[in-house]
Amino acid sequence: MENFEPKIVGFLCNWCSYRAADLAGSARIKYPPNVRVIRVMCSGRVDPAFVLKAFSMGADGVMVAGCHPGECHYIEQNYKAMRRFYMLKQTLVAMGLEPQRFELVWASAAEGQQLAEAIERMTDNVRRLGPLRWAENWADDPQREEALQHIVKEHEEALEVIS
Amino acid sequence: MAERVGIYVCHCGSNIAGMIDVEEVARWAGQSIKDVVVSRDYKFMCSSLGQKLIEDDIREQGLTRVVVAACSPHLHEKTFRRACQNAGLNQYLCQMTNIREHVSWVSTDRQKATEKAKALVAAAAERVKHQRPLEQGFVKVNPATLVIGGGIAGLQATLELADAGYPVYLVEREPSIGGHMAQFDKTFPTLDCSACILTPKMSEVGQHENVKMFTYAEVEEVSGSVGCFKVKIRQKARHVIFEKCTGCGICVEKCPRKVVDNVFEAGMGYRKAIYTPFPQAVPRTPVIDTANCTWFTRGKCQVCSKVCPTQAIDYDQKDEIIQIEVGNIIVATGWKLFDCTRIPQYGYGRLANVFTNMEFERMCNAAGPTGGKIVLRDGKTEPRRIAIIHCVGSRDVRHNQYCSAVCCMAALKFGHLVLEKTKAEVYSFYIDMRTPMKDYEEFYQRLLEEGMHFVRGKVAEVTDAARLPDEQGSLIVQVEDTLLGTQRRIPVDMVVLMAALEPQADAKELGLKLGISCSMAGWYTERHPKLDPVATMTDGVFVAGACQGPKDIPASVAQGAAAAARVAGMITAGKVTIEPIIASIDEQKCSGCRICNNLCPYNAIEYDEEKGVSRVVAAMCKGCGTCVSACPANAITGAHFSNEQIAAELEGILWDAIADGRPASAAPDGSKAPQSTPVGAA
Repeated sequence: MENFEPKIVGFLCNWCSYRAADLAGSARIKYPPNVRVIRVMCSGRVDPAFVLKAFSMGADGVMVAGCHPGECHYIEQNYKAMRRFYMLKQTLVAMGLEPQRFELVWASAAEGQQLAEAIERMTDNVRRLGPLRWAENWADDPQREEALQHIVKEHEEALEVIS
Repeated sequence: MAERVGIYVCHCGSNIAGMIDVEEVARWAGQSIKDVVVSRDYKFMCSSLGQKLIEDDIREQGLTRVVVAACSPHLHEKTFRRACQNAGLNQYLCQMTNIREHVSWVSTDRQKATEKAKALVAAAAERVKHQRPLEQGFVKVNPATLVIGGGIAGLQATLELADAGYPVYLVEREPSIGGHMAQFDKTFPTLDCSACILTPKMSEVGQHENVKMFTYAEVEEVSGSVGCFKVKIRQKARHVIFEKCTGCGICVEKCPRKVVDNVFEAGMGYRKAIYTPFPQAVPRTPVIDTANCTWFTRGKCQVCSKVCPTQAIDYDQKDEIIQIEVGNIIVATGWKLFDCTRIPQYGYGRLANVFTNMEFERMCNAAGPTGGKIVLRDGKTEPRRIAIIHCVGSRDVRHNQYCSAVCCMAALKFGHLVLEKTKAEVYSFYIDMRTPMKDYEEFYQRLLEEGMHFVRGKVAEVTDAARLPDEQGSLIVQVEDTLLGTQRRIPVDMVVLMAALEPQADAKELGLKLGISCSMAGWYTERHPKLDPVATMTDGVFVAGACQGPKDIPASVAQGAAAAARVAGMITAGKVTIEPIIASIDEQKCSGCRICNNLCPYNAIEYDEEKGVSRVVAAMCKGCGTCVSACPANAITGAHFSNEQIAAELEGILWDAIADGRPASAAPDGSKAPQSTPVGAA
C-alpha cells in the first residue's frame, strides 16, 4: 500500500468546527489534504445514511465534527449527533469496519490547531489501515447483486398485486 | 432540463494560486463536470470586476447555477449571493466552496492541494444543481425590549434604550434593582463611592416614563423569535400591594422579626422579615420574606399590616404571570460568588476570621453592618495583620480555569481601604498580578508605595494550628514564596478570600428558555468572541455584563450600552431578515410518530392532533436539521441542506474514489467526456 492517500469525508458544523477549519487556514496551520469538508448547519444534521453513503462511495474514513458538548449553536443538538455517532459506530464496527475510520471530533471556533491535529491523527490512522474499498467489494459480489435484483423483483410483483 | 452551471475559481492573488493550480482546476471542471457551461479562473473574484464577470455570464450565458471556489463562505458568501441576485439569479442558487482556508493555506503539496480543490469544486457543482431558489422572509421588529437583570449592565442598557425613546421592560429577580454594584463600597481604581455613582442611575430607571420595571420577578417562559418574542414573567408575591405602598418604611421598622441577610449583606448583617434590601432600594416597596415572617410561619403577628398607613399589606397575594411582547431581549444576569467552602484548606466556614471578598466588601461599606469598620468576626477587635488570598476558585483546574478578571484590582482596593482605615499590615498572596485596563497598573504602583506587602505564590493552607510561639492565636497562611524560593508561614488575624466570579446557578436554565448557549465554564456564548461580543447565536437575544464572562464595571457598562445600540439599530431598521434555511414536513409522508417533536430544542415542531401529523413552525425553526436526519419516513426536508443536496455533494467530493471503485462495466452514460471520468454520474 505504498503512496496510499486515504480519502476522508469531513462533516463539519457551520458554527464551530467549520470555523475552526477556517481559523486553521487563517493561521496557516498545515495538515494533510485528505479530509474533504462538507458543511452542515449542525453536527445533528449528519444522517447516518450520509456516513454509509460516503463509505459506499469509496471514502476510506468519515469524520464528524461539531461544537463541544454544551457549546452547541443549537443548544444541545450535538448531543444528538453524539448519540447517533456511537450507535452507528458500534454498528459499523460490528460489521467489521475499523473504528479509526469513523471519528467524532469536537472543535470550537477557536480550536483550529486541535482540529488540524485531529485531521492529522485520523489521516495517519486511516493511511495505516489502507484503503477500505467498500464500493468495490460491494459491486464485485455478483451474488449480492443478484439478491438485490431479487428483492426489487419481489417488490415490483407485490406492487402489481396491490394495484 | 439540465442546469447551466458556471464555475469561478479565484486566485486570491497568490493566496490560492500560490498553492493550487487554479487554471487546471477551472479547465478540469469545465471539461469533466456535467452541465458546466462556463468555467473560469480570475485574480480576485470578490473584486467588482470579478463579480461583474459572474453577472455578465448569468445574463449572457443563461447560467442557472453558480459555483465560486474561493475563500470561506463566512467571508464572502454574501458578496457572491448579491452578485447573483443583481443578475436576476436567486441568491440561494450560488454555492461557495472554500479552497483558501481549507486548502491552499493549510497544504504544502501543490499537486495534492489541486486534487483536493478539484474534489471540493466537484462537490459544490453537484450540490448546486440540486439547490432550490429560496426567499428570505421579513419580520417586523417590536420596538419594546426586555432587559433581564437590573445590575449595572442591565441598567445601562435600559437607560440607553429608554432615553432613545423606546419602551423597555426590566426584570430583576431581587426586590430592588442595583445588582452587585450596590453592595460595593468603593470602585477601583478611582475609589469613588459605588453607591454615589449607581443610585442616580437606579432612580433614573425607576422614574423613567419609558421603563416598566418588574422587580422580585423572573422570566418564566420565552417563545417566538426575533422581532416578536412573547415572554411570560412571574411576578413573585411581595405581599405588599405595589400601587398602595408609599415606601415609608414603617412596616420594616416595626417588624419584630430579625433574620440574617445572606443576599445583600452577604451574611454579615441582619434585615427584617419584611424588608427592602438597602435604604436606597428602587423600588422602595418592601417584600415579605414568607419563610421567616412570623405570620406566615406561626400565624401570629400581622404588625406590618396594623402599622401600614395605606393598607398596602396583603398576606393573600399570589404569584402573578404577566405576558409581554418584545422585539429584542438583552440578558444581563450577572454572576454569583464562588462557594469558598469548596476549598476546605482555606478554612472558610470553619475558621471564624476567614472572610469572602463580598463579606469584606460589606464590612468596608460605611452603610454596611459594621458601619465601615474593619473588625474581626467578634465585631470589635481591629486586626493587626490581614492576608488577602487571590484566585480562590479561579485559575485553578480543580474549580474554574478562567481568570476572574476583577479580583486583583479588588484586592488592591481592599489593601488601600485597610491601610487607610486601620493600622494593620496587609499581605497580598497572588499568582500573577493582573492590572491591564486604564489606570489599573498605576493603582498597583500606588499600593506598592503605600506599603501593601506582595507575596507571589499560591497559598497552600490557612490554619489555626500554631507551631511557633508567635503564631499562637493567629491564623497562619502557609505559602510558597516563589520569588524567594522558600516556604513561608505568615501569621495574620484576618484572611480575605478573593473568591471567583461564577455563572449564575440557573444560567443554563435561562439559556435554554432563550435559546442561547453557555461555554464550558457556564458563561453565555457570544456570537463572535472578537467581532460580535454582545450578540448571541439567537437573533434578537443579546448579552451584556458578567453573564458573558467575568468583567469589571466599566466593561459591563460598555457592553450594556453596546447591546442597547444593537437593539436600537434593529428597532430603527424596523424589520429583520429571516433565513429561509429551515425544515418543513411533508404531511403526506409524515406518519405522526412524533420522534422529531422532542428533538427540537426550540419547540418549533408542533403536533396536529386532528391530522395526526407534525408541523414545523417556520418562525421558530433555526434550521439545524437534526429533525431532518432523524425522520424515519424521510418526511422532513431541510431547505438548502436537503438529503439530495448532501448526497450530490458526497458524489462530487468523492468523484475520484467513485471513479476508482467503479467497475468497468458500470460505466456511466450521459457524460459529455467519456474518455475522462465524469463527475456526477455515479
